[in-house]
Order: sequence, then C-alpha cells, then structure tokens
Amino acid sequence: MADRKAMDDEIRRQFPLVNNHPEIAYLDNSATMQKPSYVLDAMRDFYEEENANPLRGLYDLSMRATEQYENARELVRKFINAEDTAEIIFTRNATESLNLVGYSYARTFLREGDEVLITIMEHHSNLLPWMQAAKAAGAALKYVECDENGHISTEKFREQITDRTRIVAMTQISNVLGVKNDVKEFAKIAHEAGAVFVCDGAQSVPHIPVDVQDLDVDFLAFSGHKMGGPMGIGVLYGKRKLLEEMPPFLYGGEMIEYVKRDSATYAELPHKFEAGTVNAAGAVGLGAAIRFYNEIGFETIMEREEYLSRRMMEELSALPYVHILGSKDPANHHGIYTFTVDGVHPHDIAAILDEDGVDVRAGHHCAQPLMKFMHTLSTTRASVGFYNTGEEIGRLVKSLSTVREKMGIV
Amino acid sequence: MAHNTFYNEILTDHNLHPAHKHDLPDANMELEGVNPSCGDDIILKLKVEDGTVVDGAFVGDGCAISQASADMMLDLIIGRSVDDAKHLSDIFLRMIKGHITDEEKEELEEASVLEDISHMPARVKCAVLGWHTMDEMLGEDYEKPAD
Ligand SMILES: Cc1ncc(COP(=O)(O)O)c(C=O)c1O
Repeated sequence: MADRKAMDDEIRRQFPLVNNHPEIAYLDNSATMQKPSYVLDAMRDFYEEENANPLRGLYDLSMRATEQYENARELVRKFINAEDTAEIIFTRNATESLNLVGYSYARTFLREGDEVLITIMEHHSNLLPWMQAAKAAGAALKYVECDENGHISTEKFREQITDRTRIVAMTQISNVLGVKNDVKEFAKIAHEAGAVFVCDGAQSVPHIPVDVQDLDVDFLAFSGHKMGGPMGIGVLYGKRKLLEEMPPFLYGGEMIEYVKRDSATYAELPHKFEAGTVNAAGAVGLGAAIRFYNEIGFETIMEREEYLSRRMMEELSALPYVHILGSKDPANHHGIYTFTVDGVHPHDIAAILDEDGVDVRAGHHCAQPLMKFMHTLSTTRASVGFYNTGEEIGRLVKSLSTVREKMGIV
Repeated sequence: MAHNTFYNEILTDHNLHPAHKHDLPDANMELEGVNPSCGDDIILKLKVEDGTVVDGAFVGDGCAISQASADMMLDLIIGRSVDDAKHLSDIFLRMIKGHITDEEKEELEEASVLEDISHMPARVKCAVLGWHTMDEMLGEDYEKPAD
C-alpha cells in the first residue's frame, strides 16, 4: 500500500497537468490522456534545436529534422512489432487512419454485392468510413452483435461472414464497454474467408501490448493523444503488400517521385501516403510517449490500471442505483466504465461531478448504434489512466453518491 | 471545490414535477427540438388562438436543464400574446449570453435561475432548446391572424 502511494506520487509528478491540479480527478482518459513532461520537452527541443521542413532540405538542419521524424517511425514500428518501417504511416489520428483505408483500399477493391463486416460496438470513426465506402461501391454493411456482457462469440461472427466479405473492421477494446475482442481469432477467420482485417487500436494500443504480427491484422489504426502523445498525430499500420497495391489517399508534395505535365510517379512507402508537410514535432512527441511507456513498462501500466479497474467495479457496484454497461468482471473493462444512474440524466451527472472536480464523459460516446442496441440513449463514462489513483476513484464514487440527492430525488 | 451546486431547488423541482409535461390533444402547433450531441429531444405543443398562446405542453426526454427550462418557459408564456412570448424568448436568449438588465431579468421570473448557465458553455444548448423550438414555431412561418 505504501508502495502504491510512492509509485502514485512518482508517476503523477511527471504529468504537469495532473501535478498542478490536484483539485481535478481526471477520469476521461478514453477521450484523451494527459501528457508527461518528457513528451512536452521532446517537442520543445525539436522546435528549439531541430526544426526544419523534413524530407525536403539538403542542409544539415533539415536532415536532422528528417532523422528525428524517421526515428519516431522506428519507435512506433518496434512498439507494435511491425516488420518494416515502410508499414508505418503517420496520420492525424485514428479517424484519419481508418479513413485512409476506407478511401484508398475499400474504394479501390470493393465491388457491387461485396460485404463489409463490422461490429455493433464500433466507434463512429470505425463505422462511417465503411458505411460510405460500402454505399459508394454498392456493397452491403453488416454488423456482428455482442451479448449483454459485450462478448462477441466466434459462432455469431462466423454466421455473418460469407464468401462476399471483403473487409472486416473491428475495435480491439471497446471505448464504451471496455471489453476486449479476440482480434487474433477473428482475423484468422476473416483471412480464411478471403477478407482483410482492419483493427481499431485507439483504445487498446495505449493500455495493452499490441503485436501486429502476432495478431496478424492487415491494418491497425491508433491515435497518439490517447497515450500521452500530442493531439494531431496518429498511426496507420498496414501490411506492406496491401499498402503497395493501394493508390495514394491525398496528393501533393512529398508523396511523388516525378511529376510531368500529365502524369506522376509516386514515392515509395510510407511517403506515398504522407502528402504535404508532415507533423514532425507530433511524431517526435509520439516517439517520446513510446519511450516513456517503455521506461515505465506495460507490466506496471497494466498492474496499475487493473487495480483501478477492480476498485471501480467494486465501488460502483456497491451503489444500488448505478448500473454498469457490459461485463460484471473488472478484467473485461480495461478501466472503462460506462453507467447510468436511476433518475438522473448523464449530462446532469457529469455537471454535478464537475462541481466536485471529477471529470467524466457524458453522452453517446460516438457509438450510437451500440447505445441503441443496449437500449439507452446516453450514459456516463469514467475511464482510467495509469496516473490515476484509488483516492480518485473514491472521489468519483463519493460525488456520485450525492447526485440523486442534489437532483431532489431522495 | 466547495462551490454550491448549480442544481437548485427551483430547477430540480421543475425537472422532477413538470407542470406542463404531458400531451396536448387540441394543440394546433407542434415542433420537435433536438440536441443531437446530447440526445435531448422534446416535442413542443402549443394552442395558439387570435395571437395568444392559450395553452402549451411538451413531451420528450433530456437532461434536467432542458426539461426544467421548457417547463419554466411554458409557465411564462401560457396566456400571453405571441409577441410577448417572442419578447421573453429574446430576453432569455440574451440572458444566456450574459447581456440583460435587472428589469429584464425580473420579467423572466423563475426562468432567471438559469442565468449562470452562461458560465457552462456545454449546457447552453440544453437551456435554450425549448425556447429555440418555440421561436422556430412562432417565427417566420407563423401567420399573424388579421385583426
Ligand atoms: C474505439 C475508438 N476508435 C476511434 C477513435 C477515434 O480517435 P480519434 O478521435 O483520435 O481519431 C476513438 C476515440 O474516441 C475510439 O475510442
């Protein structure tokens, strides 16, 4: 226990916002995570010492900027165990990564009568790109449903997959239910049916080790800002063979080899997909976030988040008017708890918690089909990061226990 | 964080025991108002005769602020002329932006408890939902009966 407190202090000290604002219990980590000084310093150093437009200049400074940018790519490659840095494309965020696949891959290879299979628990960012691509091609968009615990069975999945399924897109961890899908197994089934497998790693990459070769997914999308990196940098991993077959997504500078009046040849991977001036400082920040993760280690990160997840389940379940969506087992939540409170609208809950300095999310969490499937319009969500403490969970629960009274219900 | 809760008794009472949340079969005007980002969704029903809001009600779902605000609005406008209703709406919307006089605030009676919403930008849409819906109903499409 004393150990945990010392570790809490040691970790929190490194996050300026967390450290400077003890009055805030920040429990909206699924939306975005706070940033360690290590990341902020790395970005500042880049701008103060190495800023130039990467990949363009022939002078030393530009080459250093390029090196920094490419070092970040290598850090990402290692972090998700991709085979080759050519398979790591920098984007703005997970949403852009998924759109890249939706535009470039899906719109090139989907045919009329084909099927795209997603799940009922997808974030709008892993739903709308497929809805649009399917519409454009005259393909069908199909959904696999989960049970009330959020579990998607292989039987249900097999029922929906056919020889016309070309693309399967699935989140590894749900941003609403916190449940983890067995992506490795589903990717295998998808491949047997001849489909490519797109994994939304926005909620998994920041919380569990993700190995793209072990999972054997064809694409993986995630955002830097959900793992302590800056906003505005994201990653698309794609298998080299697929990325090579795909046309560019955006056209312009940096993604070309030669341009003549009527034709152009495109740059090699990964630059083919990185048109225009890149977000080098963002990539450097993400690289620093990865170093920070490596330093702390997933063992510690997961132990802390599992501890917080257990406490959250224990303490929320003790309130009879609080109802948690999804599994009763904290191991299936990955620190993400979405709940309702009898008689109180989620926006009022979030506003009252805010009055006590507890920051949570209220609304549909960009997953309206799931909300409908779960027979609710809007809910409240608390989600942990590894810098959160048991004391903060206590503050959440204490504030929640006053909500009904403040609303005049009891 | 020792500040008082925004959710005072007037607000919670209008939310829990709204006087005007019910169907209105003889309404002659009806419009749905939605906040897509929050899921607040009300249907405002008015019975307007000879330029007067004779009766009014609402049904739907939403947070306490959206529900209480619609209820307080109906308290104010039932029995008043359409012009008065529009005038009150104008004051209310300006109150939310923080630009009204004390006299104007008095005209809003209980609805003035929502004044502090101007410091809660995320909730402004909830507070104005009923008023905006009414404005739209009584706006350009509303044909003033000839005197
Ligand atoms: C599961 C999931 N997918 C995708 C996204 C989109 O991430 P971003 O907004 O960073 O593109 C989110 C973020 O909320 C998410 O939770």
